[in-house]
Amino acid sequence: MENSVETRNVSRIFKSGKTERSTRVVKALDDVSISIRRGELFGLLGPNGAGKTTLIKILCTLLLPTSGSAYVRGHDVVKDAGHVRKIINMVTGGETPGYGILTVAENLWFFSQLYGIRGDIAKRRVTELLDTVGLSDESATRMNRLSSGMKQRMNVARGFINDPEVLFLDEPTLGLDVLSAKHIRGYIRNWVNKQPEKTVLLTTHYMAEADELCDRVGIIHEGRIVACDKPSSLKAMVRDRTVFQFNVAGSGDYERLKAVKGVVGLSWTHHIESDTSTLKVVLSDQAVASDIESALRASGSRILSVTTPEPTLEDVFIHLVGKGLE
Amino acid sequence: MKPIAYSGDLERNLRTIIARTYVRIVGSGREPSWLLWDTVLPMLTLSAYVYVYRVMNAPREFTGFVIVGGAMIAFWLNVLWNMAAQLYWEKETGNLEPFLIAPISRMAMLMGMAIGGIFNTTLRALGIFAVGVFVFQVEFLVADPLAALLVFVLTLAALYSLGMVFASVFLMYGREAWHTSHLLQEPIYFLSGFYFPVKFLPFWLQVAASIIPVTFGLDAIRQILILGAGLSEVSLHVGVLVIFWLVLLFMAKWMLRYMEDHGRSEGRLTLRWQ
Repeated sequence: MENSVETRNVSRIFKSGKTERSTRVVKALDDVSISIRRGELFGLLGPNGAGKTTLIKILCTLLLPTSGSAYVRGHDVVKDAGHVRKIINMVTGGETPGYGILTVAENLWFFSQLYGIRGDIAKRRVTELLDTVGLSDESATRMNRLSSGMKQRMNVARGFINDPEVLFLDEPTLGLDVLSAKHIRGYIRNWVNKQPEKTVLLTTHYMAEADELCDRVGIIHEGRIVACDKPSSLKAMVRDRTVFQFNVAGSGDYERLKAVKGVVGLSWTHHIESDTSTLKVVLSDQAVASDIESALRASGSRILSVTTPEPTLEDVFIHLVGKGLE
Repeated sequence: MKPIAYSGDLERNLRTIIARTYVRIVGSGREPSWLLWDTVLPMLTLSAYVYVYRVMNAPREFTGFVIVGGAMIAFWLNVLWNMAAQLYWEKETGNLEPFLIAPISRMAMLMGMAIGGIFNTTLRALGIFAVGVFVFQVEFLVADPLAALLVFVLTLAALYSLGMVFASVFLMYGREAWHTSHLLQEPIYFLSGFYFPVKFLPFWLQVAASIIPVTFGLDAIRQILILGAGLSEVSLHVGVLVIFWLVLLFMAKWMLRYMEDHGRSEGRLTLRWQ
């Protein structure tokens, strides 16, 4: 099957600082090679600063790679940016492009004109998209009077305005309430299912989103792709491992548990409301769980419960990187 | 949804120009109070100059010079604060990324901003002009209205092309360029002779002023509207304005391209508050 998006050994280095002494060099992408097939909904999963947005910006022609090459539908994003721009669109979560003084419908019409969509077709498209994202009732409302969730939904609608062949979604549900996020996810999935020639590259740090939506997921960490496969295949990687979830009272620095023999990786979250912590530990062997229990008790932690949940993509990330996404 | 029929490059760019113009004009129309303040407040400064000239017993046409200059200042301010800073503001509000990934000429986007800006500022300038004429009873001696229109259009074309050049500089240098605007505002009021004819300036200052397109435009418009000159008497001005327009337009296109390539390479196109 033809590749819709392809990167070959793409690296991107950022330099900041004006003098040689103050120059800071950050390698945002390090030798990234991925291939996304036509009709695929591909997820890029990684923590903040992993390089997801940098890769999307390169593919959207906003940024040049320091080395390597990237192609969208066979067009080089550096040498043939003009062609690439005709067939793509991008939605960045948390951004609300548009003009506050214009209405929601006017804003979408404005963006439709940047793609040369003609009069009645543009108006019909705007109406359909507003209906899709649940903003029909707000079409005549000025954008500066919308809630941030509504603005984000309008932003998502903008991304579909030109019915792009390849759509880049950079954390599209960031800041959305649960229902809106679910609605948007459903629309994205449907859009690809109904039009098999479309391709979506979605970046997220929400595990469930990647798991629910994506045909394949690439896990990116510190600018490198550390794994790339179907969500089920990725989760199978940790099936021969054991995932334990410890709920403990209070909070603490559990990093030292990594020193326990047989610990592949761990992450923890402190819940302020209940003043409890959830530790997720990926172990090489079930027997190691008792060593973890002992280590926790030895440090004065009170264990409230221990469970062995089904592996998730977060467990895959912990298994690969040694720590959680947050 | 039905498949979309896309237009060609030329139509797409024309649609972009119209859409961006629409934003400017409709946006201003929804908050019309600016027109009142932007007309009334500049009249205070203009009045001060008119009264100074009257106290000095300056020739009567000086009142007309001041009013015409005051109306043209509106365009200079629009270029300096709106046109030049527009791409910078588009970046700050998150609009720049969607613009840059769209298959459009950046010049089309700037052209739309310019046309919208010209429309709004013309209303403002007409307001200043009308109030000035009514209050100070300025007399005009227009022998060749078409020449006046030609010079006016060429002046705006050159001035807004300069604004397009500024826009690309602002895009890359953000707040640093912002300070430069402050630096440029008053010296250009002075050098372009907004409140007096530049022929009264020392020769070397006149030479310095000649690099500013509005200096020529303003002088020619004054000659036509107030001193009754015809096209032949301002032909040099027209020639210089055409050269300014073409050179600045070419520079704007080149600089936009350069700044975009530089921004893509440095990663500065989408960085905020730099």
